[in-house]
Amino acid sequence: MSFTIKVNGNTHSVDVDGDTPLLWVLRDVVGMTGTKFGCGAALCGACTVHVDGAATRSCVTPIDSVGGSAITTIEGIGATPQGKALQRAWLDLEVAQCGYCQSGQIMSAAALLAATPNSSDADIDAAMAGNVCRCGTYQRIRSAIHRAKA
Amino acid sequence: MSARSQATPLDRRGFLKAGASFAGGLVLTVAVPQVRRPALAAAAPSGFAPNAFIRIDRRGEVTLVMPMAEMGQGVYTSMAMLLAEELEVGLDQVRLEHAPANDALYANPILHIQTTGASTTTRAFWTPLRQAGAMARTLLIAAAAKRWGVDPAVCRARSGVVSAGARRLSYGELVDAAAALPVPDSVALKDPEDFVLIGTPAKRLDTPDKVNGRAEYGIDTRQPGMKVAAIAISPVFGGKPRSVNEDAARAVNGVRQVVRIDEAVAVVADHMWAAKKGLEAAAIQWDDGPNAKVDSADIVRQLEQASRQAGVVARNDGDAASALAGAAHRVDAIYRLPFLSHAAMEPMNCTVHVRKDACDIWVGTQAPTLTQAAAAALTGLPKEAVKVHNHLIGGGFGRRLDIDGNILAIKIAQQVDGPVKVVWSREEDIQHDMYRPSYYDRLSAGLDASGKLVAWTHRVSGSAVYARYQPQLFKGGLDPDAVEGAAELPYAIPNIHVDYVRVEPPGIPTGLWRGVGPVHNVFVVESFMDELAHAAGEDPVAYRKTLLGHNPRALAVLTLAAEKAGWGQPLPARHGRGVSVQYAFGSYLSQVAEVEVAADGSVKVHRIVCAVDCGHVINPDTIAAQMEGGTLFGLTATLYGAITLKDGRVEQSNFDTYRPMRIDEAPVVETHLIRSTELPGGIGEAPTAAVSAAVTNAIFAATAKRVRSLPIDTNQLKFPN
Repeated sequence: MSFTIKVNGNTHSVDVDGDTPLLWVLRDVVGMTGTKFGCGAALCGACTVHVDGAATRSCVTPIDSVGGSAITTIEGIGATPQGKALQRAWLDLEVAQCGYCQSGQIMSAAALLAATPNSSDADIDAAMAGNVCRCGTYQRIRSAIHRAKA
Repeated sequence: MSARSQATPLDRRGFLKAGASFAGGLVLTVAVPQVRRPALAAAAPSGFAPNAFIRIDRRGEVTLVMPMAEMGQGVYTSMAMLLAEELEVGLDQVRLEHAPANDALYANPILHIQTTGASTTTRAFWTPLRQAGAMARTLLIAAAAKRWGVDPAVCRARSGVVSAGARRLSYGELVDAAAALPVPDSVALKDPEDFVLIGTPAKRLDTPDKVNGRAEYGIDTRQPGMKVAAIAISPVFGGKPRSVNEDAARAVNGVRQVVRIDEAVAVVADHMWAAKKGLEAAAIQWDDGPNAKVDSADIVRQLEQASRQAGVVARNDGDAASALAGAAHRVDAIYRLPFLSHAAMEPMNCTVHVRKDACDIWVGTQAPTLTQAAAAALTGLPKEAVKVHNHLIGGGFGRRLDIDGNILAIKIAQQVDGPVKVVWSREEDIQHDMYRPSYYDRLSAGLDASGKLVAWTHRVSGSAVYARYQPQLFKGGLDPDAVEGAAELPYAIPNIHVDYVRVEPPGIPTGLWRGVGPVHNVFVVESFMDELAHAAGEDPVAYRKTLLGHNPRALAVLTLAAEKAGWGQPLPARHGRGVSVQYAFGSYLSQVAEVEVAADGSVKVHRIVCAVDCGHVINPDTIAAQMEGGTLFGLTATLYGAITLKDGRVEQSNFDTYRPMRIDEAPVVETHLIRSTELPGGIGEAPTAAVSAAVTNAIFAATAKRVRSLPIDTNQLKFPN
């Protein structure tokens, strides 16, 4: 089946089965590899993108559910004020280690700050607990989100 | 150069070779002398000291080819700092490249292969990379001095420019002349007092691309004509596919091919989802083979029985048996540890293109030359025809020291026309790991009437990872990894006996896991030391201090950690502090954990204070980052980590059943550095080893319940029970 999706303001037409997760459409069909595969079951958050601004696990989001929604990925998040501030804070505080989960971390954090600009630690816990980092960068992620609020 | 600089002779066997490169410019190759690995390496379990390769082009751009893999530990930055410090260039003038696979150029001087692991990169490169930078600087200065007809001693190099008075020449303008000069016998290294980069916080060179999606990991590679394969490996180790519905798999939209190899089936498709659906449609039936009945309880029984026999002696000082028999008070304990999976965030993957005369492999690996050799052996191609394109690694933790996944991908690619990217599901990744071995440890200690420790025996039983991974290091039946952290303790104990019983679990592959030997042994040793302190009726910190009088660096980290953690200050009920101290990977580390145990037995770790003496610090922020991350990696295993088997199958499969720590559970980790001018020690694994005992000792302080088996069983900590 043919689908037309809108990613970071650009449209892409893809021919895949309707149950194909957005993750694999982005990575393997469109060729945007910034969004990561981690678990395939919405357990780790590495694949987080925004669908109409909402943080969404792309590994369990079938392409036929996306329609004409605006999809934002890590490649495009820097164009938003939250994304830009978070990327800056991530670098200022040297959050990343292996870095593999950080696309998803930043996408979840950007959705959090868009919805709750003055996020508390409890807000951060609630919004970010779905994003796993095996390198253990959590304390810097927390600090960077606070820093990006300013 | 400063008057304090020191001339260091260059090892002529470990030659430094300068010459013109094809592209023009100065090429400097540093070969590192091979270091013999001690049989019992308390400081260096295994090490990696590869060669470096430096290129300076006519524009003055400095390229450092990185034979070590970057997997988050920050070595791409710290190695660049070593080079830039002596070369007198800014970090912004250094460009990094992943090294190709080449043992002749980049062999690890300790293991004789090009591998990254065991927290050795900084130790290995501390001298050779500074020498490489100093050598290049010396030649560039000599070239400038010659052109100007002045004494090199009046020339200075700064920020990629050589100057003498008002005269200036950039490195780029000097490289051709420098390349023609003879290599001196020795070069002057800077006095540490004159360091401008080393020891100062530097921004990591690999991180800007990690916040915008541009960083390319192995799994991100895209090659022209590339297909994607999903793989199913026999759920029982040693089993084989019995039937595969290939027609059903090929009927899935986008599926191109079904590939069968000995122990696995792969479905090759246009994209991962089609491959996964094809694999499901293939409805594979398995021949389970000889390990179909293996389960965890049998493995523990096997360990328990084997550990009744004396093992291969790893250390024997004094007469522990007599001292134990004559002790006023005897303490015995058994400790057990589970199998662990690495579960790096980037699932296993490898992309391979096999052709008649060449093979290309795109992968993030800690062992590029092992991968190259395996491809050569499988394809019959000469090694030179196999190119390994290494990538950033999305979490290594030891998993990518093994090449089992690369071998599977090569075998699959041999049956595929064109490049194929083999990507494991998370379930395959967890269920077909090279697991941290399960261990069974028996300890006994004798105290005299005053509580003084007079005898210590420790028997380690478990798999010998090195017997498989690096057989030349498995000597006389002793696995150096299994006893690292057990044989060489930081404490002064007059009578000590440590032995090792090799017990291989049936069919279950074991491998190296972040923290290696110490992650198991430091937990056991530091927990048992805590037991002895309590048996002696002494404070755990004070008791350790009495045994560390001869060891000032260990004593200093212990004292600092206790002070910063507020050791001895009152805590609420069901809260406790616990301590650990270790010497491992060439670094001294003490941790104090502060925990709270709830009525349901659940454990909340509030704070972990680290005091570390790792010798010369290259990038201080990297030390803190590794303390934070390494601690959480070990803490995750302490609280949750266990791989168990039933009917020959690993019971865990994804992050719901193999639980990672999450942000709302993570404690604050504080790092306190002791300033030191000792040689640098490794740091990426030290906190992983230190944390388990600090936490379980804190649980004892909070509950009076001793945790002797990991992961922590919260049912045992309920109150009132």
